[in-house]
Amino acid sequence: MTDRIEQRINSLNKRLNSEKRFRIYCIGAMSFALAWVLILFLNIFSSGYSAFYRTVIQVDVPFLNLIEDTTQFSEMSSEDINNLSMYSFSKKAIYRLFPDIEEKKDKKMLIRLFSIEFEQEIREFLKSNKSNINETETIYLTASDDVDQVNKGNYPRDLDEDKRRIKDIQLLFFDDLVDRGLVSYEFNLPFLMRGDSREPELAGVGGSMVGSLFTILVVLILSFPIGIFAAIYLEEFAPKNRVTDFIEININNLAAVPSIVFGLLGLGIILNTFGLPRSTPLVGGIVLSLMTLPTIIIATRASLRAVPPSIREGALAVGATKMQAVMHHVVPVAMPGALTGTIIGLAQALGETAPLLLIGMVAFVVDVPQTPLDASASLPVQVYLWSESAERGYVEKTSATIMMLLGFLILMNLAAVLIRRKFETKW
Amino acid sequence: MKSIKIKADNLNVHYGEKQALFDVSMYMEKKQVTALIGPSGCGKSTFIRCLNRMNDVIDICKVQGKIEIDGNDIYAPDMQVEQLRERVGMVFQKPNPFPKSIFENVAYGPKIHGIAEHKSDLEEIVVNSLKKAALFDEVKDRLSDSGTSLSGGQQQRLCIARAISVNPDIILMDEPCSALDPIATARIEELMGDLKTEYTIIIVTHSMQQAARVSSRTGFFHLGKLVEVDKTETIFSNPSDQRTQDYITGRFG
Ligand SMILES: Nc1ncnc2c1ncn2[C@@H]1O[C@H](COP(=O)(O)OP(=O)(O)OP(=O)(O)O)[C@@H](O)[C@H]1O
Ligand SMILES: [Mg+2]
Repeated sequence: MTDRIEQRINSLNKRLNSEKRFRIYCIGAMSFALAWVLILFLNIFSSGYSAFYRTVIQVDVPFLNLIEDTTQFSEMSSEDINNLSMYSFSKKAIYRLFPDIEEKKDKKMLIRLFSIEFEQEIREFLKSNKSNINETETIYLTASDDVDQVNKGNYPRDLDEDKRRIKDIQLLFFDDLVDRGLVSYEFNLPFLMRGDSREPELAGVGGSMVGSLFTILVVLILSFPIGIFAAIYLEEFAPKNRVTDFIEININNLAAVPSIVFGLLGLGIILNTFGLPRSTPLVGGIVLSLMTLPTIIIATRASLRAVPPSIREGALAVGATKMQAVMHHVVPVAMPGALTGTIIGLAQALGETAPLLLIGMVAFVVDVPQTPLDASASLPVQVYLWSESAERGYVEKTSATIMMLLGFLILMNLAAVLIRRKFETKW
Repeated sequence: MKSIKIKADNLNVHYGEKQALFDVSMYMEKKQVTALIGPSGCGKSTFIRCLNRMNDVIDICKVQGKIEIDGNDIYAPDMQVEQLRERVGMVFQKPNPFPKSIFENVAYGPKIHGIAEHKSDLEEIVVNSLKKAALFDEVKDRLSDSGTSLSGGQQQRLCIARAISVNPDIILMDEPCSALDPIATARIEELMGDLKTEYTIIIVTHSMQQAARVSSRTGFFHLGKLVEVDKTETIFSNPSDQRTQDYITGRFG
């Protein structure tokens, strides 16, 4: 008798132990995955956050040297100001920071502390403040990438001079400017507003952000209605026969096709046969729609299938037509699921790179696109483009772009969860 | 002699290869309750679903034979199913209110058939239907609450209100009380007593007592065949077939 009880207790202990072990494995696996995600995020964040700040240097610009009376600027049109020759004037304004230097070589070094577009920046300042320009105005000019990186502490100063891009004399100038309080550090709004550039300090993510936005918009407009209607037809109306089985299998296959294949399709058909403009969000959106459609169709069908058949019968039994039963009762219940699927499909499309490379959305585009028909990059392609550049400025901007991309993806997934929570039918 | 409302003639129903009903012929009287009893899987639901052509939605279901309502063949090619279902309402085994407000649940039928011209007409229909279904007093302050927030018995009465909202002649009930407790069941039985003054009611039930309480005629199904159909008293006191006798005395099923 006691033997049997002992046996039971032994076997129970064994089972409990194996459960404990199993739980440890599970926790281990989860921690491992979580650790990787954390490392990834930390890595990207630590190398990317500094791109959201930029170094500017304060320069006093004596506009009186450009014109006899600064009130005259207010009568000039933007075009007139564009026609003013300001290059040597702007340079002289910068030389005034160090009036003692005589040598041409040193002057050149001083100019190189600034981004190459300093003249343009002064001109823009003039244009936007033309009605009240004083004799001398203080303008914050963008520092060059090298100075920016030194200021951010990303740049090793103790290397030999010939191994550094920034020269000793420039460091002297820079330190002096810092001592005089002329160097400051501000939020990098231009990074969010501008297009790409050959100068790392001027390159911005605005162009590719707008490009991505247009692309996603095209995807949404194309694939949401088509996907929803296709799913409704297949799930609710299509007869169950060989043809619809075949279509079903192919939709599932389509979801598994590597994305680069869609790029080839876009290149071959949309660009070459239909002749739509290359490198544009329109074409990118069409190609990504092909990828997103199966995701939307599958998600929508699953949520249609989850609607209890008794609801359909209830509507039919009071004399609704099949279409009324579906549109009035089934689709509203399935909508949150369909929307969630759509958002997840869009998020996939947002992060997709390979097909865009093939249809030419890797172009170097300086202008922020105004319409989906303008050439443009997209966020993931921008990451790809910048990741190939060696300059420190591009390195941090690559990480910053990834941060923005991840931010958008997290936002979209959050929206999907919230929609599901909020609009889900409670039975 | 009461007048005949529904007449089924040599009804045979197949699900694919499998035959579910064999040569069923019976009639149902106007403004009476007819009960259908029989062991599980004997084809009661199949039969009742033929009466408003709900079986049409099942692809593999094939119906042969004839069903006449008021002398019209409901499987005739020119019969419109939507119109038929407006006249033949149905209440299902499991309450299936729409996941919408109580008001909308009842208003839906009249809306799609264009029965109510004005909003006030619609409101009147909804209130009357809920009253007839003996639900109005319980929900009059919460008509905008979701129909799914009601209790099981209330949901079933809501479904009855929904069925009568389009003013049918016939109400089909497929085990309407199987998910309900005795009190809710008693309410629905009471309701059927009231409803039969206006409607012809066909009810499928597993409860012999229920069939005895509410119906005037009862049909007994077994293995897809209609074994016997007669006055309810006769079926329960003096059935002519041995199988009926066995079933009602609880010897099988
Ligand atoms: N959709 C269907 N597809 C295939 N066979 C079906 C279908 N519905 C019912 N059947 C078959 O038809 C026969 C009769 O079923 P039915 O639902 O009419 O029985 P029932 O008398 O209502 O049983 P219960 O009392 O359990 O509800 C059963 O054998 C069942 O397997
Ligand atoms: Mg049944």
